[in-house]
Amino acid sequence: MASNTQREQSDCRVGEVIEASTSEFTTQCYRLYDAPALGSLVRCGERTPTYGIVCEATTQSLDPARHTIPRGVNEATEDGIFSSNPQIERLLYTRFRAIIVGHHDGSVARRYLPPTVPRIYAFVGECDAAEMRDFSNSLEFVPLLLAAPISAQDDVIAAFLRQASATHPDAHDFLVAAGKTLATALAGQLPRLSGILGRLQ
Amino acid sequence: MTLNGTDGMRLDYAGERKPLGIVVAGSISDGVKARLDDGVSIEDIKVGTFVSIQGQRSRFLGVLTEIELASTDESITSAPPDMSNTLITQVMSGTMAYSTITVEPMLIIGFDTLNAPQPAKTIPPHFSRASVASEEDIQMVFGNEDAGRFYIGNPMDMEARLCLNIDELVKRSNGVFGKSGTGKTFLTRLLLIGILQHGIASNLIFDMHGEYGWRGSSEGVGQVKGLKQLFSSRVAVFTLDPKSARRRGLSPDYEVSVGYDDIEPEDIEILKDTWGLSDIAADTAYSLQRKLGKGWLRQFLEYAGGEEFSELAREMNVPHSTLSALRNRLNRLKRLQFITEGKGSNSVHEILTCLTRGIHVVLEFGRYGNDIGAYLLVANLLTRRIHERYVNLSEQASGDDAQKPRPLVITIEEAHKFLSPTIARNTIFGNIAREMRKYNVTLLVVDQRPSGIDDEVMSQLGTKIACLLDNEKDTDAVLSGVSGSRKLRTVMSRLESNRQALVFGHALPMPVVIRTREYGSPESYRELGFVEAAELKAQVERETDILFGPSGC
Repeated sequence: MASNTQREQSDCRVGEVIEASTSEFTTQCYRLYDAPALGSLVRCGERTPTYGIVCEATTQSLDPARHTIPRGVNEATEDGIFSSNPQIERLLYTRFRAIIVGHHDGSVARRYLPPTVPRIYAFVGECDAAEMRDFSNSLEFVPLLLAAPISAQDDVIAAFLRQASATHPDAHDFLVAAGKTLATALAGQLPRLSGILGRLQ
Repeated sequence: MTLNGTDGMRLDYAGERKPLGIVVAGSISDGVKARLDDGVSIEDIKVGTFVSIQGQRSRFLGVLTEIELASTDESITSAPPDMSNTLITQVMSGTMAYSTITVEPMLIIGFDTLNAPQPAKTIPPHFSRASVASEEDIQMVFGNEDAGRFYIGNPMDMEARLCLNIDELVKRSNGVFGKSGTGKTFLTRLLLIGILQHGIASNLIFDMHGEYGWRGSSEGVGQVKGLKQLFSSRVAVFTLDPKSARRRGLSPDYEVSVGYDDIEPEDIEILKDTWGLSDIAADTAYSLQRKLGKGWLRQFLEYAGGEEFSELAREMNVPHSTLSALRNRLNRLKRLQFITEGKGSNSVHEILTCLTRGIHVVLEFGRYGNDIGAYLLVANLLTRRIHERYVNLSEQASGDDAQKPRPLVITIEEAHKFLSPTIARNTIFGNIAREMRKYNVTLLVVDQRPSGIDDEVMSQLGTKIACLLDNEKDTDAVLSGVSGSRKLRTVMSRLESNRQALVFGHALPMPVVIRTREYGSPESYRELGFVEAAELKAQVERETDILFGPSGC
C-alpha cells in the first residue's frame, strides 16, 4: 500500500520544497511551466503530508544577474523560440507558493497548521480528485486562507472552490454550503462575499 | 461545520416538536430572540404561535410575538446583492441575510413535570433550541377536557384541543370583544355551553338579537342550534315579544312584561346617553320619584301640560324645558308593548326560580332587539332586582358556602352602553363587575367597542377573549394592565377576521391564539352531547327491546 502511494505520488510529483515556513512553502518545479493551477490542492512530504493551496506562481531567470530578453523576433511561433534555444529550459525556472491549510495526522486529515514545518526537498505533488474531495468535505481551513498575506486572495479562494466542486457529486450543493461558510467568515463584508460568489461559476 | 447542507437537522430535537431556531439574544422584558434555522421558511411562521424553548434545566413555553428580517451587513439594505444569481441567493439566505423570531416566555416547566407550569421569571440561555410546541405541551399547560375544563378551540395551526378552566372562568367577570363579524357571538355561545355543561353556574342571557335561545346564525354555516335546542330541559326561553316568537314557530317558556311601577330612576339614568338626556334631566327622575312616590312614572306621564306642568317644574326647581325633555323621552316607553300598567309579570321571581334550580335563562327581545333603549331598560331593571336578591341570599348564607346561591353569569351585549365611564359607577352592571364574585354574580360582557367601557370595569375582567379589533383605542382597552401587552398587541392586530381570537386571563395559564372549535355541524352537536330525535327514538327502542324483548314476540 505504502509503495503504491509512493508510486502515485511520484506520478503526480511536480517539484520539491525549496523554502518553507509555518504557514506556507515554496516549490520549485522540475519542469518549466509545470506549476499546478492557481487554487490547486498540493501535498508535500511522504510520511506526514502537509496540504497547501497554490496561491502564486512565478517563472524567471535562474541567474538573478541575467535578465531574460526577447528572442522570437525571427521566429514564426512561440515553440520555435524553444526549438532554436534549447538552453532556455535550463536557464529559467518555475516556482509556486502554497498556503498551508492542513496536514495528515496518522490517517486523519487535520484542516489546521501542522506542528512542524515542511522539510526542504520534500516532494510536492498535485492532489487527485479523490484526495481533493476528501479534504474539501470540510472548510474549517478557510480562516487560514483569509488571513494569509497573499495578493489576489479572493481569486485563490474562488479557484480552489471551483476545482473542489468538480470533485463532488453535487457541485452546486457543495458551492452553496461552501458559500455559507464564507458568508459566516466574511460577515459584514458583503461586496467581497458577492465578488467571490460571482467567480464560482 | 459539515458541508452536506443539512447540518442543522442533525441536532437532537426534543420529541416531535417542529424545530424553529436557536436562542441568540433576549431579555426578560423584551422577550427571547431566536435565529431561524436554515431550513425553516419565514413564510411558515405566524405571530401568536405557541413556542417551546428547551433550556438546560427547564423548558419554557411562550408566544411568538415578532418576526424580523435581519442581516450581518448593513449595506445589504442599500446595495442588495445580485439576486438573479441562484448561488448568491441560496448562500445569502440564512447567513448574511437571516430571520429571527421573538418569543415572549410565559411559563416554565422544570424537570419535575408533575408540578404545574409556573410563570416564567427567567429566560432560557444562549443557543437553547426553540420549537413549535407539541400537542403534549398544550395538554400539559391547558389540561385535558375533564370536569372543570371545556374545549374552546385549537391553538394556531395545531390539532391539539385547548381547554378553558370553567371553574376559574365563572369566578370573575369576563369579556368577549371583537369588531362586528369576527365571531363574538359564536365564541360567547361556546362559553355559555361550557358553563352550562359543567353545571357549576347558571346563565342569564340578555339575548338582544335572538342568537342564543332557540337558534342562531353563523357566517358560512347559516342557521345553527341555540341552547334551547341542544339542552332543552336545562334552558328556559323568556321573551319580551311573544308575537315574534310565535311568528318563528316557537313557544317561549315565559312571557316577560314590565310594569310602569317597576321602572325606577336608575333605569332612566342608564338610558341617559342613548336618549340624549342631560344630567339634570336624569337626576330629575330621582326628584320625581321622591315627590310622586311609587307610581311616579305613570303619574308624571299623565301630568297635564300648561300651567300645572310649569308649577311642577318650579316645585322641582328644574327648568321647564328640562322637565319637558324628560317627559318627551319617557313617552317613548309607551311604544314598548311589553310595558304594562301597574306592576308587570313576576318575571324576576320566575327567572330566579329557574336560575336557582340550575336552569339557564335566555331572555329574547324579539323585535325590541333593535331598540337599544328597550334592551338597556329591561336588562338593567331585571339585573338590578336579581342582583338584589342574590345579595340578600349571600348575606343570609353569611359565610356558609353551602347556603350561598348558585353562581350566576349574566351575559350582556353592547356592554359599553351599560358600562361607559359616565354611568358605570352608578349602575348595577358596574357594581357587579367591581364586586367580582362577592355575591356569586358575574358578568359576561360582549362588545365591539371595549374602549367605551369604564377602565375600572375592564381591569376587573378575569378572562378576556379578543377577536380582531381595528381601532387602536379598543386594542389598548383590552390589553390594559396585561403583562407583555406591547407584544400581544402585535399578535392581536394580526388575528384573522373570523373564528380566531386571543384568549388571556384567569381561565388559562398563558395568553394563546385560538381557532374557535367547530359549531354548527351534526358532529359538533353530537360532541356537545346532543342526540337527534330520530337517533334518540331508535336508542329508546333498542333499550326497550333489551329490557322487554323484541316487540312481536
